[in-house]
Amino acid sequence: MNFHSSFRYRKFVDRGMAAVCAIFFALAFVPLTSVLWLVISKGGAGLSWDFFTQLPKPVGEAGGGIGNALVGTLYMVGLACVLGLPLGVGAGIYLAEKGDGTLGNTVRFVAEVLSGVPSIVIGIVAYALVVIPMGHFSALAGGVALAILMIPTVAITTEELVRLVPGALREASLALGVPNWKTSLRVVIRTAMSGIVTACLLAVARAAGETAPLIFTALNNQYWNVDPRAPTASLTVAIYNYAISPYDDWHAKAWTASLVLLIVVGLLNIASRVLTRNRLKGAR
Amino acid sequence: MAETATQVAVEAADAESGRPGPGNVGDRVFNATLWALGIMVLVVAGLIVLNLALVARPLAKEHSLWGFITSSEWNPIEEHYGALPFLYGTLVTSALSIVLAVPIAIGLALFITQFAPPKLGRVLTIPVELLAAIPSVVYGLWGLFVVVPWLRESIEPWLGKHLGFLPLFQGPPIGLGYLASGVILAVMILPTIVSVSVEVMKTTPEANREAALALGATKWEAVMLAVIPYSRAGILGAVLLGLGRALGETMAVTMVIGNAPQISASLFAAGYSLPAVIANEFAEAVSNVHIGALAGLGLILFATTFLLNAGARILVTAVQKGPSRIAG
Repeated sequence: MNFHSSFRYRKFVDRGMAAVCAIFFALAFVPLTSVLWLVISKGGAGLSWDFFTQLPKPVGEAGGGIGNALVGTLYMVGLACVLGLPLGVGAGIYLAEKGDGTLGNTVRFVAEVLSGVPSIVIGIVAYALVVIPMGHFSALAGGVALAILMIPTVAITTEELVRLVPGALREASLALGVPNWKTSLRVVIRTAMSGIVTACLLAVARAAGETAPLIFTALNNQYWNVDPRAPTASLTVAIYNYAISPYDDWHAKAWTASLVLLIVVGLLNIASRVLTRNRLKGAR
Repeated sequence: MAETATQVAVEAADAESGRPGPGNVGDRVFNATLWALGIMVLVVAGLIVLNLALVARPLAKEHSLWGFITSSEWNPIEEHYGALPFLYGTLVTSALSIVLAVPIAIGLALFITQFAPPKLGRVLTIPVELLAAIPSVVYGLWGLFVVVPWLRESIEPWLGKHLGFLPLFQGPPIGLGYLASGVILAVMILPTIVSVSVEVMKTTPEANREAALALGATKWEAVMLAVIPYSRAGILGAVLLGLGRALGETMAVTMVIGNAPQISASLFAAGYSLPAVIANEFAEAVSNVHIGALAGLGLILFATTFLLNAGARILVTAVQKGPSRIAG
C-alpha cells in the first residue's frame, strides 16, 4: 500500500484542510477587527456634543461639527422611505401572496438582479429624473436615488419574511369564512409585521451608508438645510470629502464621522435582528 | 321560487359582508393593488434603462460604440472620450479581488457549514454579516489610511524584490493603485461570496454526505465527494455575484485607485475605474457630451452587472431547487 492512499495520509490531508479553512476564517477577522478598532480608537477622540450640533468650520479653525450632514442624511433617508418603502413592501407582499406565476417569477428575478446594480448607476438615473428637470442639485434627487435603491432589496426581504407565516394561520382564517383580502391584511401581513419592519430597517441602514448616488444628486451644503429643492450635505459625502482632503484635522473628522455612521448602521442592524428573533419565536 | 329569492337575498347580503369567492369586491381591489405594486418593480427597471439611455444619447451622436470602448484617450476639454482605461482598471481590480477573495471565501464557507459544530457555525456568520454591513466609504477611509501605507511600506517593496521579474510587480511602490483597490474589493466582496456559498452548501442532502462518510471517507473527502459537486454551480453563482459587486463598487475604489486615466501592466501603478470616473467627474461635467460619456460608462456598467447578476441568480436558484443538469 503506497503512502498516498494510506489512512494516515488521508487523515493528515483531512486535518490539514480543516486547519486551512479555520485559518481562512481567522484571516477574515483581520480586516473586520482592523476597521472597527481604528474607527473606534481614531474616531472616539473627536466625539463631543459640538460634533453633533455644530456646522463645519473652515480649515485651520478648531472645533465645528457635522450637524448639518447628520440632518441631511436623516432628511434624505426619510424622503427615500416615504417614496420607496411603500413600493418595496407592496412588491414584496405581491411576491409572497401572488408571486407564483410567470409574472411573479419575472418580478422576483428583476428585483433580485436590480438589487445588484451598482448604486452609482442609480445616481445617474436620479440625476436624469430630478436634477435635469429642476436644473440644479437637490435633496429630493438624493432621496429619489436612495428610494430606487431601496425598492428591490425591501421587496426581496419582505417576501422572504412574509412567506415565513405558517400556512395553517391563513387556512384557519379562510375556514372561518374570512375573504382572501381580509385574511391577507389582517392575518398574514399582521403576523409578518415585525418581519416587514425588519426589511425596512435593513434598507434604511443600507441607504444611510450610501455615498456614490448622492455625490451628484444631493451634492453638498455647508449650511443647515431642510428644503427638498436645495443641495444637501450628508454624513457619507462628508466622510468622503474629509478623507480625501490634505488636512490632518479633517482626517480626524472623517474618522469621527465614520464612527457616528457605524453606530447608526449598527443600531439599525441590531434592531432588525432583535425584531426577527422575536418574530420567529412568535411563529413557532 | 321562494327559495331562489332567498338565495339571491343571501348572496347579496354575503357580498356586502364580504363572503369569500371570485365575486368579492374586496378581493378584486386587493389583487389589483398588489398586482400594480408588483408591476412597479418592472416599471422601475424600465425607468433605469430609459433614463440612462437618454442621458447617454449626446455621446452617441459624437462617438461610435466601438470607438468609445477602444479609445484610450479621455480628454473632456477636447471633447474626446475613450473608455478603455476605465474598462481596463475595472477589469484588473475586479479580477484581482476575485483571485484574492474566492479561496478564502470558499474555505470560510466550508468551515462554517462542514467543520465547525452547527451551533458555532451559526455564531460564526455574525462577523461575516458585520463585514457586509460596513458602508463602502468607511472601507475607503480605512483603505486610504491603513491598507495603502501598508502596501507601500511592506507588501509592494517585498513583491518587487522577489517577484520583480514579472511585469505585474514592477515600478515604484506608491501604495495607491490597482493592488490597493483589489485588496479592498476582496474584503468587500468576501461576505457576499461567503453567505451565498453557505446557503447553497446547506442544500446538499445530508444523505449524500453521510453516504461518503459511511464508505470510510474522511470529512474533507466527503466535502470533495458530496458537498462540492452538489453545490458547484451555486458557488460559481456566488462568485459571479461577488464579481458584480466588485465591478460596481465606487467609493472605496475611488479613494485608493489613484484616479489616473492610464493603462499600466504593473499592479503597483495608479489607474482608474468606471464607477470612480463617474463619481469624480459627473458633478463637474458641463457639456452634454461629457455627461453623455459618463452616462455611457454607467450604461456599460449597468449592462455588465445586470447580465452577471442574472447568470448568478439562475445558477444559485438551480442549485437551491435541487438536483439538476447544471449541478451534475
